[in-house]
Amino acid sequence: MTTRIDLLAAAPRLKVALKSRLFQPALQIVTLFGFTLAILTGIFGTPTGSRNFGIVFVWIVWWALLIIIIVPLLGRAWCMVCPIPAPGEWLQRRGIVRRTPGQLRSRHHRWPRRLKNMWLQILGFLTLASFSAIILTRPQITGWLLLGFVLAAVGLSLAYDNRVFCRYVCPVGGFIGLYSMMAPIELRTRDCKTCTDHRKKDCVTGNAQGYGCPWMVFPGKLQRNTYCGLCLECLKTCPKDNITLNLRPVGSDLFVMGEHRLDEAFKALIMLACALLYSVVLLGPWGWLKQWANMDTFAHWGLYVIAFWSVNLLLLPGIFGGAVSLSRRLARLQISFRQLFVDYAYALVPLGLAAWIAFSLSFVFVNGSYAVSIISDPFGWGWNLFGTANQPWTPILPGVVSFLQVGALMFGLLYALNTAYRIARHHVQDHQLALRAALPTMCFLVGITLSFLWLYLA
Amino acid sequence: MKNRLRRKLLYLAPFAVAAIVIFIPTANTQPPTIRHINLNATQFDYTPGRIEVNQGDEIILSLTSTDVVHGFYLDGYGIEQRLEPGITREVRFSAVQPGKFRYRCSVSCGPLHPFMIGELVVNSNLPFWRALGLLVSGIAGTLVYLWHFGGNEQ
Ligand code: SF4
Ligand SMILES: [Cu+2]
Repeated sequence: MTTRIDLLAAAPRLKVALKSRLFQPALQIVTLFGFTLAILTGIFGTPTGSRNFGIVFVWIVWWALLIIIIVPLLGRAWCMVCPIPAPGEWLQRRGIVRRTPGQLRSRHHRWPRRLKNMWLQILGFLTLASFSAIILTRPQITGWLLLGFVLAAVGLSLAYDNRVFCRYVCPVGGFIGLYSMMAPIELRTRDCKTCTDHRKKDCVTGNAQGYGCPWMVFPGKLQRNTYCGLCLECLKTCPKDNITLNLRPVGSDLFVMGEHRLDEAFKALIMLACALLYSVVLLGPWGWLKQWANMDTFAHWGLYVIAFWSVNLLLLPGIFGGAVSLSRRLARLQISFRQLFVDYAYALVPLGLAAWIAFSLSFVFVNGSYAVSIISDPFGWGWNLFGTANQPWTPILPGVVSFLQVGALMFGLLYALNTAYRIARHHVQDHQLALRAALPTMCFLVGITLSFLWLYLA
Repeated sequence: MKNRLRRKLLYLAPFAVAAIVIFIPTANTQPPTIRHINLNATQFDYTPGRIEVNQGDEIILSLTSTDVVHGFYLDGYGIEQRLEPGITREVRFSAVQPGKFRYRCSVSCGPLHPFMIGELVVNSNLPFWRALGLLVSGIAGTLVYLWHFGGNEQ
């Protein structure tokens, strides 16, 4: 049904590079350097956000790269190079490049079954989002937060095997996983029968070439990008040469019906809600709202947080739930409400990604130029390393932003409409009935898109 | 044969509508006037936070700041002005481009400085209506497409 291009078969040089044990750590060293600098500048540098490397390179440069380029095009590729889990992983392995023999060194505790899902990541994201006006503008807080991430990751890798932090805790990991389903790239097996027949399953147990999957995924059963961190250990360990990277149609993972889950559905909902709320609070003309988010008084902030969480967990899911139950009635579906709610939520993924892209576009062009001066003076201490420190703030093409935003939203919406229909089609064989069943979800999607359009352009 | 032609026409229809929406010339109906507007900057917003004018209007902004040094930068028009407290600065321009343009603080003035934003809407805000038209024709196109050809999929 779907077409794939086996990239590693097509590019043997790339394969050699990716199979090298040096590949991942080499990139991690680079990001770890930037990350350390972000922590140091955040904590010790100037408190003026727009003059501080930690703020500008994390929340403008990294964020924009991640959401506008890396996730949409390469899915979880960031997680391959991410510095946050690196120290913990190296400690666990007692090594950085070489495959050190023996077991991972940790306490081998068992991660509670009830936490083997995205809920912690959802809570983490909402908690951070409640403080976002503060985190985004205070270098010190950003610095400590980043340090906290590394320490949490190290702590968890001392207690538990593998990347428990990434898989179940990292708030960033949750949304990267969600939106990586849209990417045109995937790591998959070439032939799943080879895996079923292979008794030893080196990709799970590890062998002399590499470790067992740090993400606790069985590559043989991999159908979606969501929990594959692209660390490429399985590419190294598989003795049957059965692992590869494919080029594939965008968004293929959304239609793997068997793996739809409530936690992911909620993740899709809250990410959409957060994009909308951020656009209102941070980009809107309402100064008092910003002040509330900025904790001008504790009571204001409390109200703001209550409103923020309610929209995320009650209002938007409520409206969406209404649409779902309408769809059930319109098409007289026999499927449970819960199942339908979960399934249709995957139609929000393309629109959510587009909304985050549109939101990020609005500040990357306007404030991207801070990066030029900061690279010469990362701490804001008056250095001038590369002679660019006095480069003034110059918004780049602010007139173009809204066109790009409309383009992104348009693509996201149309893709989402098609997704809603195709998901409906899984439940209803009859094509016209399926269209009717998808209609309420489609109206929801259109309504959300119009709100963005109104916020950005009207 | 006929079917194919219909198919092609159906494919093309949304694009045709979209093209019309994008390129249709429109005339401004409101007669241009001169507008005096007082705009004050404080940490971290502008009052008023939103200004609406008509395309072609001559705008005279009296800019002030009441607490610290702020700035005024108008997207799309590229106008920039530094605002010291107590001094009124005048900015004059004609609103030739329609659309929504954000004005933002251009002098670092505190933590929320990057989010110190107001909006100037130059009516009839053609870009918005065009985007809306584009979106609607996109939605209609998708629905028509699904309605007619969805059945053949899979
Ligand atoms: S899940 Fe989080 S910590 Fe882990 S690699 Fe991805 S972004 Fe980094
Ligand atoms: Cu200011």
